[in-house]
Amino acid sequence: MKRFWIQLAAALAFVGSAAAAELLNVSYDPTRELYKQVNEAFAAKWKAETGEDLKINQSHGGSGKQARSVIDGLEADVLTLALAYDIDEVQQRTGYFPADWQSRLPENSSPYTSTIVFLVRKGNPWGIKDWGDLVKDGIQVITPNPKTSGGARWNFLAAWAWAKAQPGGSDETAKAFVTELFKHVPVLDTGARGSTTTFAQRGIGDVLLAWENEAHLALAELGPDEFEIVVPSLSILAEPPVTVVDQIADRHGTRAVAEAYLKFLYTPEAQEIIAKNFYRPRDQAALQRHAETFPPIPLVTIADFGGWAQAQQTYFADGGVFDQIYQPGQQ
Amino acid sequence: MTASLIARAAFRTALVLIGVAFVTLVVLLPLATVFEEAFRKGWSYFAEAVSEPDAVASIRLTLIVAAIAVPLNVIFGVAAAWAIAKFEFRGKGVLIALIDLPFSVSPVVSGLIYVLLYGAHGWFGPELQAMGVKVIFSVVGIVLATVFVTFPFVARELIPLMQEQGTQEEEAAITLGASGWRTFFSVTLPNIKWGLLYGVLLCNARAMGEFGAVSVVSGHIRGQTNTMPLHVEILYNDYDIAGAFAVASLLAGLALVTLIAKLGLEWRYGGELAAARKH
Repeated sequence: MKRFWIQLAAALAFVGSAAAAELLNVSYDPTRELYKQVNEAFAAKWKAETGEDLKINQSHGGSGKQARSVIDGLEADVLTLALAYDIDEVQQRTGYFPADWQSRLPENSSPYTSTIVFLVRKGNPWGIKDWGDLVKDGIQVITPNPKTSGGARWNFLAAWAWAKAQPGGSDETAKAFVTELFKHVPVLDTGARGSTTTFAQRGIGDVLLAWENEAHLALAELGPDEFEIVVPSLSILAEPPVTVVDQIADRHGTRAVAEAYLKFLYTPEAQEIIAKNFYRPRDQAALQRHAETFPPIPLVTIADFGGWAQAQQTYFADGGVFDQIYQPGQQ
Repeated sequence: MTASLIARAAFRTALVLIGVAFVTLVVLLPLATVFEEAFRKGWSYFAEAVSEPDAVASIRLTLIVAAIAVPLNVIFGVAAAWAIAKFEFRGKGVLIALIDLPFSVSPVVSGLIYVLLYGAHGWFGPELQAMGVKVIFSVVGIVLATVFVTFPFVARELIPLMQEQGTQEEEAAITLGASGWRTFFSVTLPNIKWGLLYGVLLCNARAMGEFGAVSVVSGHIRGQTNTMPLHVEILYNDYDIAGAFAVASLLAGLALVTLIAKLGLEWRYGGELAAARKH
């Protein structure tokens, strides 16, 4: 008991003292665990190289909501969001950094990738193997709302791509399939983490469409004896990009450390952390070491949909395809 | 005759049972769950969850916000109630309506108002930015939103009480040569102290527990702009259920302390309170 109060007092004192340099990383929902570890590793490295104490602050939320906050004045030194479209939105509305931001770092400024897989209950009672199985009678599918969630937009597009790739597939058959799929969705959460909680903790639904990293994390956190991962025959390559917010970093005098922080993500050390957190590393050696976690999946990319600006316009804008096919409450 | 008496007794018992069942289901069980879940992983896990730096920062911020918001609302609330109850002036109805506004507006909207006013693209955003003043996504914004949401508590508690008491005592004091301040501190304040304390307790409970408005203006920077309710949500979403309930139990504990303080006051000063509150 006494020790607890001493700890509390120590922690209070710790919070009170400001670190020499601070960086704010505004990120999306599922990266909480990843950046916690990356931040520790980078702060240690920075301290060793420059002797400067560094404190990296984190803010997490739905990708679109986080972009909105930065537009409204949340002073992010770096942005690490779920999809390029959300960072484009910040760029266009604030001009804080140049429009060609995505070409400033290697691999489309995406130091890691992920894809969409299925999480099912242990033993896979419905025998779900691929996208086509999701529309069997009686199956309930859990996915967040594509209007607010980055992950949900990847889910939607992956389903669309699979249907279109089937023999005789076209945009019409894809639309019919996705329409049918959303009839099996009993509830749309606003973010990926909310959907995982709905599926895993509240026990709603038979299959969760999830980020690969989120599915593995749920498995690790909530018990491999409760769920298993199903890898579909085709999915989509999700590239969550990162950028320095030039003008804000300049105002804070953190430009150099912010750039070093993002470059650090591409180093073997960070790539290993990335792989351990179930994001697919760009570094081949790291990928090899974790080959068991990341089975090869045929992947379409956002370029197959004409890039994010066009995909957003066609599928997710007001009056777009998603609005046409989804009516709440239909079963 | 006896049949109708029995029926009446049965009816009464049924009503009591329904009442007890309702309170148990809606209030007692959830409260018990909070504490049960908080200690599910044992005392040491609980201690760790509430002494971890981000949790301590959220506790600290919650206390700071309440420490600023509550005194401000005491000053505003007493001044407003005094003006409304003791004086006649034009626009009184408008002032009363304004005081009630935070009750009728959704807290999320209250938060958004501040984003629209002080956000980077809000009405005053560019000027504030030029001066290097941060309102939204900082402690200032959180305090503002909390003050707004908790504004009515003190005033609403005092207005009926002060109206009931009338102005005779103040008039007598002034006739006897007391100054305005002297009248306020020696006559008005002693008359309203219990009502004021009630208002402060309610205001404080709400200030510490506010989620919606604060969530909108916080920016959710861990260890910096997360209050306790926001930290609870974060822990829950981090799959740290026991940790979330540990912090939630601290909040519930604060509420219980408030309740006990209120009961204690009623027990100790029951007569005076009843006299002061009969309106």
